[in-house]
Amino acid sequence: MKEFGYQRARDVTGAVALLAADPDARYLGGGTNLVDLMKTGVERPARLVDVRELPLDRIEPTADGGLRIGATVTNSDLAAHPEVRRRYPALTQAVLAGASGQLRNMATVGGNLLQRTRCGYFTDAAGPCNKRNPGSGCPAVAGEHHNHAVLGASGHCVAVHPSDMGVALTAFDAVVSYESADGPGERPITDLYLPVGDTPHRETALPPGALITHVSLPAAPVAARSRYRKVRERASFAFAIGSVAAALDIEDGRIREARLALGAVASRPWRARAAEAVLTGAPADGATFAAAADAELAAAEPLPDNGYKVPLMRNLVVAVLTELAGRDAR
Amino acid sequence: MTTTTPGPQAVRGAVGVAHTRVEGRDKVTGAARYAGEIPFADLAHGWLVLSTVTRGRIRTVQTAPVLDMPGVLTVLHHGNAPRLNTDYIGMLGTPPDPTSAVFQNDRVPFAGWPVALVVAETPEEAREAAEALVVTYDQEPHETVLVDGHPGAYPAAGHMPAETEKGDLEAQLAASAHVVDARYTTPEEQHSMMEPHAATARWEGGRLEVVDSNQGAGWVQSELATMFSLDASSVRVRSEHIGGGFGSKGLRAHQVSAVMAATALQRPVRVVLTRRQTFSLAGYRSPTTQRIRLGAAPDGRLLALEHRSLNQTSTVYEFVEPSAGVARVLYDADAHRTANHVVRLDVPSPTWMRAPGEAPGSFAIEAALDELAERTGVDPIELRLRNEPHVGPVSGLPFSSHNLAACFREGARRFGWADRDPRPGVRRDGRLLLGTGTAAASFGAGAAPSTALVTAEADRSFTVRIAAADIGTGARTALTLIAADALGTTPEQVHVRIGDSDFGPAMIAGGSMGTRSWAWAVTAAAAELRERLTVTTSVPPEGITVRSDTTAAVGALAQKERHSFGAQFAEVAVDTATGEVRVRRMLGVFAAGRIVNPLTARNQLVGGMTWGISMALHEEAVRDRNTGGHYAPDLAGYHVATHADVPDIEVDWVDDHDPDDPVGIKGVGEIGIVGAAAAVANAVWHATGVRHRDLPIRPDRVLAAPASAGGGAADA
Repeated sequence: MKEFGYQRARDVTGAVALLAADPDARYLGGGTNLVDLMKTGVERPARLVDVRELPLDRIEPTADGGLRIGATVTNSDLAAHPEVRRRYPALTQAVLAGASGQLRNMATVGGNLLQRTRCGYFTDAAGPCNKRNPGSGCPAVAGEHHNHAVLGASGHCVAVHPSDMGVALTAFDAVVSYESADGPGERPITDLYLPVGDTPHRETALPPGALITHVSLPAAPVAARSRYRKVRERASFAFAIGSVAAALDIEDGRIREARLALGAVASRPWRARAAEAVLTGAPADGATFAAAADAELAAAEPLPDNGYKVPLMRNLVVAVLTELAGRDAR
Repeated sequence: MTTTTPGPQAVRGAVGVAHTRVEGRDKVTGAARYAGEIPFADLAHGWLVLSTVTRGRIRTVQTAPVLDMPGVLTVLHHGNAPRLNTDYIGMLGTPPDPTSAVFQNDRVPFAGWPVALVVAETPEEAREAAEALVVTYDQEPHETVLVDGHPGAYPAAGHMPAETEKGDLEAQLAASAHVVDARYTTPEEQHSMMEPHAATARWEGGRLEVVDSNQGAGWVQSELATMFSLDASSVRVRSEHIGGGFGSKGLRAHQVSAVMAATALQRPVRVVLTRRQTFSLAGYRSPTTQRIRLGAAPDGRLLALEHRSLNQTSTVYEFVEPSAGVARVLYDADAHRTANHVVRLDVPSPTWMRAPGEAPGSFAIEAALDELAERTGVDPIELRLRNEPHVGPVSGLPFSSHNLAACFREGARRFGWADRDPRPGVRRDGRLLLGTGTAAASFGAGAAPSTALVTAEADRSFTVRIAAADIGTGARTALTLIAADALGTTPEQVHVRIGDSDFGPAMIAGGSMGTRSWAWAVTAAAAELRERLTVTTSVPPEGITVRSDTTAAVGALAQKERHSFGAQFAEVAVDTATGEVRVRRMLGVFAAGRIVNPLTARNQLVGGMTWGISMALHEEAVRDRNTGGHYAPDLAGYHVATHADVPDIEVDWVDDHDPDDPVGIKGVGEIGIVGAAAAVANAVWHATGVRHRDLPIRPDRVLAAPASAGGGAADA
């Protein structure tokens, strides 16, 4: 593998300055994805700036009743936090559905959002991939794609985003704060990831060299009744082939508020706004849930070998919403 | 100094009592060193470069820029590598796989073929240079997809006849009240042993020494000596601790290229395969496509049985996955036909992988038996018992022991089979459909000649030396117990040394024959040593050593059908909304001869059954249909069962005694996986009413199946 430099950042400003000075540098969080990619030659940074020791490891309540999560909080600590468990249970469930205990102890919140796709063409440095090597082509479209995107993809890239955490954060309207050479900024997570289009190598709207510092969850009473369910090809330690983060607020049998995000169907965690529109104000019953799923999946454009994801996601949305509705369902 | 010989008061009876691994403490504390981590002074590191094209010729290997890179010592390739002798048949009766005889010509027969070795001072430098090495090719069209009825398929013998036939199959099928005619497929499967292949080669005092991870030190030693045209006594291979093998750890490109480099540089060279490299360099289980035709009388008695299997092999090496072989043991029929065919494709060479033949073959035949049970209305266990053969269905030879019925009876009792409602698709637990299934298992119980050295030491302890391999099975511990009993002493007084070709020829850890073959040699030497000690009053400082060789004894063994048997049971839960299948519990009851160490035997059998779950539900190596190369060849892309996939697995065994057998051990390495996938697939049918004849039973396949919950039997 390529020789690289290593530096531990002392503060956020210093970390950002180090990145600004070296376009071939990368931030190192838990390293659970970046180091793997360095071993296989997909990532070849000249320098790693270790941000794990930065004072960004706290989860704090915000004035508006939400939570502010530091970017270096580990997945394990996030999942175990009492306020996360109480107020955003689907977030805890999503984090615990990912990876293994050892990996969750290392992985960080900031890194999780910026992890790369596990598409096997992306991780094979010897072959073509538009995301890794722009303009080289996407072998997945005519090749192996049974776990690739059915929503929002393009002929240039059909890879899916692998995060579980991001799906729950997307359902809860998380806001990502960052620091860059031009100063601080923030973006809703729903606007963090760029559309695939013909530039799949450009994954986020963050400025070059930006460092995610916090992820904020606005107050969301609806999230107290939320659920994350992940379907995968084995019971643990596998990326989703489909997942759902959902929250329902039901009053007198009608849905007052609904949150729904889908995982493993697109290049980013997929906020299901069309489905939410159907759910809001409608009776909390199976017919509504099915209509909501169908509204969202109407835009699906499956490839020859991943068409099963459409019925899978429909069934999964209905199942999770039905579970959430529980005794309130009519 | 001399001491008196051990007295008659020594303890007997170590065999059959659970004993933790004698090297267990070393392994869990890290004191046990594996081939890739044993330190050597002045060690250089080699990194293999694999072809990026699927078929063609190497045009150029552009070594000059790479030789200028930091730390790089040399680049070996077909243009400068020494010529090897590959025209021989090895100790297991097979020629060498040209994949292992590296750098002999410019042909590229498959994607991931070794084209060069870059050697540098550090592994990182070697890898960086290997990835920078530019190799150009003339590409040729390739074919990498195994299809049923391929025009290039031909019958091939692999340790057994390619085809067997008796009776008039078509006539018996026509006369049958019930017929099953179904096709089954199994995918390419990878060994996925925890420890990838690793070897260090060096010349020391005029001898070639190789420290390796393999399944037979003597096996690899004899192959290396022949391939490099060296005197056998000038090659020593050691392999003390091995992190799994499952059939893939014989002679491979890592040892051969390490020897080439150590010879060229005259310093120690280590070559370690990456996980990705093992996918194309270390063998795999070929995908199979199988057709089963069964014809039965109204009572379920088989009138006709046909089992045909087709597997792929590479264009440079013939390997038969003899899936139809299992039908030659398990069931008789008036008309009986079996056939193993292969087709040569532009794919890597497959090899033995845990229960070669029996694992995929038992999936097909045992799933077909379940379909026949459904058709005839005969209980699946009763159907199997009605069709038990009294002699080998093809060979006509008597069975040395045949205790399948006892396995089924004990298994049925413990699993609660009597209460089973045979109707499919009628049991629910919330959103889940539940079902149970069963299947039979068999695996051959062979023995191969081995030699052993047993020494009575002056301090009253004993040392056993045998070129056995403990690939994680507990073989070292088993041999300790066996030697203790044979010597009339306690296991603490016995020191077993294995994994060194200098100990003389011995069977490899393979074919479920290792412990049986080695135990034979150890007990033979021990018996002779005890006789010697009865007439010797003192042991000299160098000890008294007896050497055994079981070649004659093994050769004199009566011709019989010798097999382990087993009954597999599984309960599954199927979420038809998501297609997820999860096993809830499994039970395996086996007739596997004398059980030496219940602790490690159980471990072996549970491991085999776990792999059966994995085979049924998860494992599948995927190739890109356009390039023919592997897609995501790593343990993130290739799913093996995790702990969460493995429910309560119960294992037990029944008495299985053959008075004519001098050892009584049958081996438990492979029988555990046989039938396990079929039991799971049969349970999925019982849960859902849908037959899944293609493995693995993935969520997308379950979702695509016709919804049949609550319905009757449906054939997909």
